[in-house]
Amino acid sequence: MGVLGTYRLRLERKRKRVRSLRKKRELSVVSDRTRQIAPDDVLLFCTLRNERVRLPFFLDYYRKMGIRHFLFVDNDSDDGSREYLCEQEDISVWHTSGSYKRAKFGVDWLNALQSRYGVGRWNLVVDVDEFFVFPFCDSRPIQALTDWLDASSTKSFGAMLIDMYPRGPLDEAQYHEGQNPFEVAEYFDSGNYTLSRNPTYGNLWIQGGARARAFFASEPRRAPALNKIPLVKWSRGNVYISSTHMLLPRGLNLVYDEWGGEKPSGALLHAKFMKTFREKSEEELVRKQHFANSHEYRAYSKGLKDSPSLWCRWSEKYINWRQLEILGLMSKGSWV
Amino acid sequence: MTVGFILLAHQDLHRAAQVAGSWAQNDKPVVIHVDARANDEDYADMQAELAQFSNIRFTERRACDWGKFSIVAATIDAAETLLRDFSDVSNVFLASGSCLPLRPVAELEDYLSRYPATDFIESVTTEEVTWTVGGLDLERFTLRFPFSWKKRRRVFDAYVRLQRRLGYSRRIPKGIEPHLGSQWWCLTKATLASILSDPKRPEYDRYFSKVWIPDEAYFQTLVRKHAVTIESRSLTLSRFDHQGKPHVYYDDHLQLLKRSDCFVARKIWPRADGLYRHFLLPDPKRKPGGEPNPRKIDKIFARASEQRTRGRAGLRMQSRFPTHDLWVLQKTCAPYSVFEGFADIFGNFENWLEKRTGTRVHGHLYHKSKVVYSGRAEVFNGCMSNSARLRDYNPEAFLENLIWNTQGEHQSFLFGPADQQRITRFLAADKNASIFVVTGAWAIPLFHSKLDFERVRRIAARYQSIEAAHVEALQSPRTRATYKVWNLAEFVEDPMPILQYVLDGLDPGAARKLTEVPKMADLTGFGKFVQKLKNEGMNPHSVGDFPLGDRPSGQSTATRPYIVR
Repeated sequence: MGVLGTYRLRLERKRKRVRSLRKKRELSVVSDRTRQIAPDDVLLFCTLRNERVRLPFFLDYYRKMGIRHFLFVDNDSDDGSREYLCEQEDISVWHTSGSYKRAKFGVDWLNALQSRYGVGRWNLVVDVDEFFVFPFCDSRPIQALTDWLDASSTKSFGAMLIDMYPRGPLDEAQYHEGQNPFEVAEYFDSGNYTLSRNPTYGNLWIQGGARARAFFASEPRRAPALNKIPLVKWSRGNVYISSTHMLLPRGLNLVYDEWGGEKPSGALLHAKFMKTFREKSEEELVRKQHFANSHEYRAYSKGLKDSPSLWCRWSEKYINWRQLEILGLMSKGSWV
Repeated sequence: MTVGFILLAHQDLHRAAQVAGSWAQNDKPVVIHVDARANDEDYADMQAELAQFSNIRFTERRACDWGKFSIVAATIDAAETLLRDFSDVSNVFLASGSCLPLRPVAELEDYLSRYPATDFIESVTTEEVTWTVGGLDLERFTLRFPFSWKKRRRVFDAYVRLQRRLGYSRRIPKGIEPHLGSQWWCLTKATLASILSDPKRPEYDRYFSKVWIPDEAYFQTLVRKHAVTIESRSLTLSRFDHQGKPHVYYDDHLQLLKRSDCFVARKIWPRADGLYRHFLLPDPKRKPGGEPNPRKIDKIFARASEQRTRGRAGLRMQSRFPTHDLWVLQKTCAPYSVFEGFADIFGNFENWLEKRTGTRVHGHLYHKSKVVYSGRAEVFNGCMSNSARLRDYNPEAFLENLIWNTQGEHQSFLFGPADQQRITRFLAADKNASIFVVTGAWAIPLFHSKLDFERVRRIAARYQSIEAAHVEALQSPRTRATYKVWNLAEFVEDPMPILQYVLDGLDPGAARKLTEVPKMADLTGFGKFVQKLKNEGMNPHSVGDFPLGDRPSGQSTATRPYIVR
């Protein structure tokens, strides 16, 4: 990439920052406990809308991982999510009724909060249905990882999205509040992912998994991106470009080794495909607040009518991160 | 016998205090140096916590820079204090604030008493050193390093290059020979006192103050001048990764550390509560350990470095995406075979081969309308779809995935000119591919088809040119695959040795003799068909020299018995 290209990316990054600062005005603070944040805390940033049922387990999962403070943007929930979050001692909440789509699917809001509260700290950006898994996460807290990344002078950590699904039809997979969603959706596709490199931003573009297999077999190009970089040591001037798939400056996207070695990486287990999913996808179709004119949700809606189950005889049942590593979906690199 | 400890602490002082306290409690003197850069409040806390011990001293705080002499100076201060204030010590053990004793001090003393007048210090000549990162070993002693390696790497590197080009070299003081080794040692009082009281020490200190990373060189070099017996190994388990960064131990390493029988380990993660709790509290059930044996830990570290630097061959994933030539040569993780034309000659070839060899044999994986897996499965290992579109979206990844997902089972598949051709270059470049081609075999199904001849001629022409391009790609000088090409006439003339050759390749150890072959397609009239193609203006040269009779020359009848040689 020449000087001109680099300069263009710089401009884009500046533009995104200004944009996020402008979008920040859409946020109004509901519960501000950010004064509790300590210098070496790992922070979790999340945007949500009507996810009350999922919250208890979500918070529990990440508290056990070592997250000290949560920063939520509530996009106008009416199911009590906001009230529930406000009751929690370690959570700060902002509210917005702005358009999710026009805030680049929440990214603008979170970029604004991150540049205000995240600078100099490790930031984990996830959705309420995404569960971060990293090497040794069953025996070490997230600070073990971030300390090690600090010692390695590494500023970002990749974790690909893995779609989890139940054995039977999605409609029969009922999720109860407080339950581990992977008791319900415990299967995933282990070996059908394709990768290519995005020459502009330097990130990898990963597609595949159950969604590509079941919903996008006729239009693979439109299958959702599964590459994610959710954990970043935030510096002033960092911006996420689209969701947490990639960010600027470009160096943060180089979470992979190009010389044959394996950098350490994790996974985001995606607990989306359960009973709630059909209702959600129909609602999203009406709201039209999602990527590419909700093309994805149209494909789901159609796909679900044809085949209500994602399970096949080769589906892998989730055990732990070591299994994901053996399957080649993530790596511990040189971390032992 | 009494061991005294020197403790160099930089951060996480509460952990250093815990460790120092546990030694002091066992009546072992401890002299602590705390980096001047450490937090003052933490330092005050540490002093307060350790005030109860009369056998703990703090030395004046110096600011320590990595790779600079200040660390050695701090060590010397502490050593002098220790020897002055605690004259009854017999050995001195140098430890860091992130060290953790894994065995009771009594066992350490017991061990040391078995090696009288022996210094445990890794001390290796610069020629023998293998671990230095960045390739600087002897040059640590002969160049100047005024710039910080951590903060100003470019200037550091440029200055080293400049000195090399100018042929600059510092003079090494007479009487010493440069040695390197781990920073962490355990010296006898006699040796340490002799190093510190050497009349030439001011000269040495001046010299070493400009050596790079003197903490791995100062004592390691001078001990050679003063020691009686040197055991060139460290009693501290301290390992570095491929970047030169110390490996860190966590709670889940407990068993590993316990079984290593090492005396002290570093670095311990400051939040590893479990390790600190386990190793600092006396364990009444503990059985005395044996000789330190870090081999198992070393093996795990070596494997991790290997994974980080070389990775798992044939795997493409989110954090391994080889783009450079050297690594792209091995594209898949295991050998596999490609058969072209065989299924046209033998009906049911893939089933026969699958049964015969016990390996997996697929149909045309690159068939244009659908992926034909073995047994016509709709999904295959790893949830691979049989959708041709999904496959064609990234045909290379499709094959990488297929081979990765079936590790431990040899894969073969059929290929031909009617298939999606984009994979050809990948196959040719992959050293795991064994490709067996019988050219012109596609003519057999055409010969048997009921299509009108004009169409047959056009299809034949198309297949022939596709196949020719494919074979040409295989024959490129850059090909890394193993391949073998026969034409149809050659093959039909004597198929047995060829089949045997193919089978041997699939199943090398077995050396099974071929006793029966699958049924060959009926070729009665095929010669005339070939001639007819020629007459219509298409030259099927890839079929080979097929005579007008029903069989190529040399093979007189179809009943020729297939005798094994």
